Amino acid sequence: MILILLCALVGLAPPTDVRAYDTPSDGGGEVVVEWRLSTDDETIDGYDIYRSENGADFVKVGFIGKNRSSYGDRTEDGVTYQYKVAVVSDTLRSFSQPSAEVASSASWINVAKLNIYVAMILFGGLILYFIYHARKGKKLFIRKIAGLQAIDDAVGRATEMGKPILYTLGLGYIEDIATIASLNILGEVAKKTAQYDTKLIVPNADPIVYTVAREIVKESYTKVGRPDAYDPDSVFFLAREQMAYAAGIDGIMTRERPATNFLVGYFAAESLVLAETGAATGAIQIAGTDALAQLPFFVTACDYTLIGEELYAASAYISKRPLLLGAIKGEDWAKVIIATALILASVIGLLSRFPILNLFQ
Amino acid sequence: MKKTIPLTLIFIAGLLGVISFVIPHPSYQVYDEWIRNDLLRVLSAFAVVLALGSLLRVHFDKIRRKRKNWQFSWLLLVAFGASAIIGLFGGVAADGILPTTIGSFPFDIQTLYENIVIPLASSMFALLAFFMASAAYRAFRVRSMEATLLLGAAFIVMIGVLPLGYSISQHLPGFVQWILNVPNVAGQRGIVFGIALGVVATSLKIILGIERAWLGGGE
Repeated sequence: MILILLCALVGLAPPTDVRAYDTPSDGGGEVVVEWRLSTDDETIDGYDIYRSENGADFVKVGFIGKNRSSYGDRTEDGVTYQYKVAVVSDTLRSFSQPSAEVASSASWINVAKLNIYVAMILFGGLILYFIYHARKGKKLFIRKIAGLQAIDDAVGRATEMGKPILYTLGLGYIEDIATIASLNILGEVAKKTAQYDTKLIVPNADPIVYTVAREIVKESYTKVGRPDAYDPDSVFFLAREQMAYAAGIDGIMTRERPATNFLVGYFAAESLVLAETGAATGAIQIAGTDALAQLPFFVTACDYTLIGEELYAASAYISKRPLLLGAIKGEDWAKVIIATALILASVIGLLSRFPILNLFQ
Repeated sequence: MKKTIPLTLIFIAGLLGVISFVIPHPSYQVYDEWIRNDLLRVLSAFAVVLALGSLLRVHFDKIRRKRKNWQFSWLLLVAFGASAIIGLFGGVAADGILPTTIGSFPFDIQTLYENIVIPLASSMFALLAFFMASAAYRAFRVRSMEATLLLGAAFIVMIGVLPLGYSISQHLPGFVQWILNVPNVAGQRGIVFGIALGVVATSLKIILGIERAWLGGGE
């Protein structure tokens, strides 16, 4: 009572319009509390959030700083709650009216991602459309990718020099898409090394990636009719630790002096250590990664670099399978749509800057 | 059959992954968590055994054939064995059945990791400074139009972020910021768009069984 009187005396205005609702499109267990800021917001410390299960006994569940008008409260699904928000200024509190009753629940569909679903369907549809056309025999033009065209030369060079080819998959795990793309390229490279009878060295940083890589190389050798040429020790596990892996590969590069180094997959800080060592040994280097921060290092130290999407397109490009090329064509058209949308949005944004052309404001 | 089973499994796993993105309800997310965490962990455990077997086989073979620097393989095998025994019986932080101290000298796995592995990794990491210097020299050799542009932009940015840049022109730091914020970010975003679309396309190709290179290629 004394506090209320004090609040009244100092004129601390409580927040108004307190509204509590179940967080939409979530897995349940959260209620959002929103309110209209106190008119004294500039001078207060913040807001205390109180919760009650019976409409009477309100317990403090959180605090949020001033100039903030919402709070997410962890709740138990199915239990009905009411909320009050109190303005806090030193020891003074000024309470709002309680909110309406609310109970959290889990959603079955995440409506908040509707735009992503539309994009997924549109993009997926485009890819399937071009795959369908490719299946019907339509010839599809794909631009040349220098790094991938160089693979034949790189394998040929290694064969002529009688030196091995080093294929590094990077530090990525099997669920990383860059690692999967790299494994796809490894399959194609392994076929070529099998045909040319060139030694292939594939050190791995992850146990699962190692097992998959081993099977891919083995399968590729069998595919081209050279199962006898497959060396089970050519694909091996090296180290999980980032720098131990880098040191191990550097050792292989300096000892074995491979004629060609493939650095394809997910890389972190070790990218430059590997690429520079490879460059120092005089090997042709073909790199590819989707790690943006490492791309400049690869561009600098390697002969060819597959940048981002080129890494994913590589398997299709090398194998020339129409179905895979169809997917790339679909990808390209999706990019055209995105680029067009960006240009349109930029033009609209620019036009809205001119007062005389404020059609879009 | 050899191809059908993996392709079916991939299709189901991929579909479940996409569905988990759409359905946030815990009764479905529980299964998704189970696949992502528990199942993958069990697979990892099997794969670790295979991977360690591979590591040992390669080094035993190297010793047997007396290949170049084969002596270092002994070092690896001894370190491997010692770490395995200390880790298995001494516990991670001296909480196992085996004593992991001699007097006041601890040699439990945690201590070994912090005092051997981390300093060695840091030493390797420190080499980056020298590699950067040689890479910078390589990048700045004017061999093509792109290299010239790179050299020019790098020179301006380097001068611009120094106090010297401001004394040359008060507009230079602003121009450097513009290079970093506009052309640099524009280029990066272009790459990110390509990566995002490539990720979706690759995932779709694998889920639908169009991309089979991971099975060793073929139709």
